[in-house]
Amino acid sequence: MADEVVLLDTWFSMFGMRVRIALAEKGIKYEYKEEDLLNKSPLLLQMNPIYKCIPVLIHNGKPICESLIIVKYIDEVWKDKAPLLLPFDPYQRAQARFWADFIDQKVYDVGRTIWTSKGDEQEAAKKDFIEILKKLEEALGNNAYFGGDAFGFVDVALIPFYSWFYTYETFGNFKIERECPKLIAWAKRCIKRESVSKSLPDEKKVYESALVYKKIFGLD
Amino acid sequence: MAADAGQVKLLGKWPSPFSNRVVLALKLKGVQYNYFEEDLSNKSEELLKSNPVHKKVPVLIHNGKPIAESLVILEYIDETWKSNPLLPDDPYQRASARFWARYLDEKCLPALWDAIWSDENGRAKAVEEAIANLKILENEIKDKRFFGGESIGLVDIAASFVGYWVGILQEIQGLELLTVEKFPKLVKWSEEFTSHPVIKEGLPPRDELFAFFNARATASK
Repeated sequence: MADEVVLLDTWFSMFGMRVRIALAEKGIKYEYKEEDLLNKSPLLLQMNPIYKCIPVLIHNGKPICESLIIVKYIDEVWKDKAPLLLPFDPYQRAQARFWADFIDQKVYDVGRTIWTSKGDEQEAAKKDFIEILKKLEEALGNNAYFGGDAFGFVDVALIPFYSWFYTYETFGNFKIERECPKLIAWAKRCIKRESVSKSLPDEKKVYESALVYKKIFGLD
Repeated sequence: MAADAGQVKLLGKWPSPFSNRVVLALKLKGVQYNYFEEDLSNKSEELLKSNPVHKKVPVLIHNGKPIAESLVILEYIDETWKSNPLLPDDPYQRASARFWARYLDEKCLPALWDAIWSDENGRAKAVEEAIANLKILENEIKDKRFFGGESIGLVDIAASFVGYWVGILQEIQGLELLTVEKFPKLVKWSEEFTSHPVIKEGLPPRDELFAFFNARATASK
């Protein structure tokens, strides 16, 4: 029986990008459905009644929600398709989950504060953001990827934010590469993978939509 | 027969439900471990070294290697010691269990905690939010014996705060959150959960927990 895979997503969502990357890494064919977050489809509300947000993967009619949970699901269902995104060893897996959880706890909120705030609040957020990225740089060490030699779970969790760096930098008036060159080098390495380059939107388009968002919601 | 532990050490805090999750998981798996009670106002060298990112408990140290964050630790325990599995084999059911565990940590527990410690100004709204979250859990447990089905699983352990701590805390604060009238299925689950012999032995004693949080409640008034 052919698998039916549908992804409910929004083009600029870092969380949605994670799922796109994972599906692309495994070579899974799927139907992409763009959601308008200001006018959510009945399908989305039915498939994710608790959070009502994207991404949602619908596999043979059954929904899976929360981006990292979806990525783990993809890795487990299509475990016979390389690459294995989560490491084989339980300790390494725990470390991967830990860092992905760290990224979820910290990066989005602080990043969002940078582009939606001004003055002292923005300055504090910029400082926090660099500290967070520096911790991630430390975790990366001298490895090519967070998992070591191979692109994996933590890389998938973090790389989507790279498409928003231009937005953070432009609104925040700072350059991430100046403070975190290793992380930018890692990002550029990831972008060379087709799964990543095809899943991340153009950073200037992200910035333009952020500008529009700020106007609509009176944040400028 | 106790499962081969290697060297297992848990840095924890006895009144913490997050720390206790790890205790429950280790006990369910029959894993022998050493426990160290952390003084969070004077964190041990070992804690700072093994969890430099968050500097929080619980931390599990297995054969000298540390793992932090309770849900990460629970999955590690499940993968390392195979008896009494906490997660099902089926990927969809695993995703569902992970979803509910995450929901508890992201939404449900914070809402309950806020309601319990709310002051007069914010109380009504906080309680409303807590009740809304308990409704969601009531709908999820339905007529299952445990969230994990016939046996205790990851979600049951993650929900220990709901099943045990909430009853104690709401009594201290004079609140009515988890009641049998409003949430009969959830209350039934909490009774099943807390009377399970391994869980009963692993949870902190009720009167000690009551005294601990009562002191805290009094101090904050």
